[in-house]
Amino acid sequence: MTGAPTPHPHDHPHDSTHLPLRSRAAIVAGKTVAGASKIANLGSGSVIGGRVSLALDGDLLATLTRDREVAIVSATNGKTTTTHLLATALERHGPVVSNSLGANMPPGIVAALGEADPAARAVLEVDERWVKTVLQATGPATVLLLNLSRDQLDRSHEVRKIADDWRALLGSTPTRRVIANADDPLIVWSAEVAPEVTWVGTAAHWTNDASGCPACGGRITFSEVDPSAPDGPSTWHCTQCDFTKPDPDWWLTKSADGRDVVERKDGPPVVLDLALPGRVNAANAAMVLAAAESMGADVERVNAALSTVTDVAGRYKVATIEDTQVRMLLAKNPAGWQEAIDMLAPSPQPVVASINARIADGRDPSWLWDVPFERLQGRFVVTLGERRHDLAVRLRYAEVDHEIAASLAEGVRLASERSGTGKVDLIANYTAFQDYLVEVDPVTADAIEPGGAAHG
Amino acid sequence: MADTRQSTVGIVLLYPNLLGTYGDGGNAHVLLQRLRWRGIDAELVTVDAGDPVPDSGDLYLFGGGEDGPQTEAARALNESRAVHRAVERGATVFAVCAGLQIVGTTFADKTGQPVAGLGLLDCQTVKTDEPRAVGELLVDPGPEWPGLGRLTGFENHGGRTRLGPDAASLGPVTAGVGNGWGVEGVLPAHRSAGTGTVLGTYLHGPALARNPRLADLLLGWVLDIDPADLAPLDDADHEAELLRRERFRAVEAGHLDGVATRTMKDRLLRRN
Repeated sequence: MTGAPTPHPHDHPHDSTHLPLRSRAAIVAGKTVAGASKIANLGSGSVIGGRVSLALDGDLLATLTRDREVAIVSATNGKTTTTHLLATALERHGPVVSNSLGANMPPGIVAALGEADPAARAVLEVDERWVKTVLQATGPATVLLLNLSRDQLDRSHEVRKIADDWRALLGSTPTRRVIANADDPLIVWSAEVAPEVTWVGTAAHWTNDASGCPACGGRITFSEVDPSAPDGPSTWHCTQCDFTKPDPDWWLTKSADGRDVVERKDGPPVVLDLALPGRVNAANAAMVLAAAESMGADVERVNAALSTVTDVAGRYKVATIEDTQVRMLLAKNPAGWQEAIDMLAPSPQPVVASINARIADGRDPSWLWDVPFERLQGRFVVTLGERRHDLAVRLRYAEVDHEIAASLAEGVRLASERSGTGKVDLIANYTAFQDYLVEVDPVTADAIEPGGAAHG
Repeated sequence: MADTRQSTVGIVLLYPNLLGTYGDGGNAHVLLQRLRWRGIDAELVTVDAGDPVPDSGDLYLFGGGEDGPQTEAARALNESRAVHRAVERGATVFAVCAGLQIVGTTFADKTGQPVAGLGLLDCQTVKTDEPRAVGELLVDPGPEWPGLGRLTGFENHGGRTRLGPDAASLGPVTAGVGNGWGVEGVLPAHRSAGTGTVLGTYLHGPALARNPRLADLLLGWVLDIDPADLAPLDDADHEAELLRRERFRAVEAGHLDGVATRTMKDRLLRRN
């Protein structure tokens, strides 16, 4: 179906009469609870509603996806953004249903699907620990695997165990195709057993959580293919066994004039024109191009659609606070902070950085010491959040000029006084970001499930 | 260890790719800066798994990690014996969590089977029926540690560490679990002349960022001087004191798991 979109029946977009009676009853019960939950001011309620639906019909997820084409997106970082990009791209070719506001476990997924056009394709963000349940329910899907790194230290959330679990799953469960990041050894370990894999070279830079070889326990070394081009393709291999970076089918690189370009084996290069900042979003876009093309979409139409996305669930949004333009970036773990620091406006633009350590953040913020905050030297940083003192001590040892503030308004004011441009960047971790979104964009914040996504 | 002290303090961070899961590499950063800010030259050597371990370091640092990597680290270090040689020569060791378990005599692996540790401390780590210890940990060191002050950190471990007759603890636990049996931290009961001191703890945070006086205690051992004679670092330690007070208040308010506020919604959705 290259180019021409396949027409989809669009007569009754919210009609669930095609479903078995038990499933319909389950959805109705879930919606009733969701409404009550919303009235009780417990968030949008879709997760609680979805949980009630699932309790009534354990096969609901399978029923709701039986006749749909499904794409599953999972990763430690970038799930929400990549899901939104893929859904936006595929919408140019027909109706799409997505849980793209981050409720990424079965209750949230069921809640999104229960109200959808029966013919819509499903683009699903899935928490790393729920990929097995979701894939087994949906049947052969297109699976996008972006990256795996440490997150939430207190949960004994072992990254390597997830990679092993994914490998066992993809070696035994049918998929339509796996689209996998060839630059993350843990992703390659997970995906290489699948029968059909499209490898995407993302030029990823965070390698600290993948230096032990998942195949033999040896050491993986990373290097640039061309040392004179640090933004160009990189490669890796194990020094003790033959585990090595697979030959990519699509790969991210830079043009001579500094633009992000996606090259591919079977077709002309694609020059990206993203509104989203950062090399990491160019990598996410490369994954989406490969996935959408494999699902029959036209590459240039996809690229045009990607350029229209300016913010995702409040991330990258520019808010006006205290007469200052504040760009809001989310970063939840060392890999995410590294990416967010890459996105900052050039030095010396001040930064407001906020850290909480609630359950959804992980209760131990020791990982702050794995973030290369030394890269902020020469800037002024304001620390915020319930764990602002942990961050202040970290910045002290990194020799970064900083002050501690008690509120978003105070933090922005302090940073703004040092900004010559009336602009500052805000980086916040998960619950801190959600709290600020409630302040600056309550409509978007209200649509997001705080408890629905452990991470996004 | 004044006789072997050289002009540059050599700090060795062991196996951050195996034992770097919980941010304990920050301890190396804290020690380096506290030396440099005082005008003392220091060098950090990072040893990845598979690399040879130098036996010429002054201070060896171990961090926390997952079960498999912990067993691999113990095996490699018993084979190399470089840390053993360094301690016999007078080097200091600071070992956190999995690191503490490794420097003891034995620890339990993933399946509960005992694995040989380095035997640098007289303690054994065992699996018990107790739940995993996860949360804020507060320790009040005994009177033999004047000037150390309260110790604050975050613990996250399944095993419990039992002291043998040649080991002592840092002191009683005020909040959290620590070694088990009401105490936290392991070090030799008697420091023998000519050999270095090995200190193990379950405190993450990292421990030396939250407890600057503990960092200076280690530096005192390395430099062979009284920590009270080290130049004060008022700016850094004022900021650490703000962090410490905030953590003490959180623990006193009953927020042992580090959660400052828990709304009704959090409770309802917690099982997600």
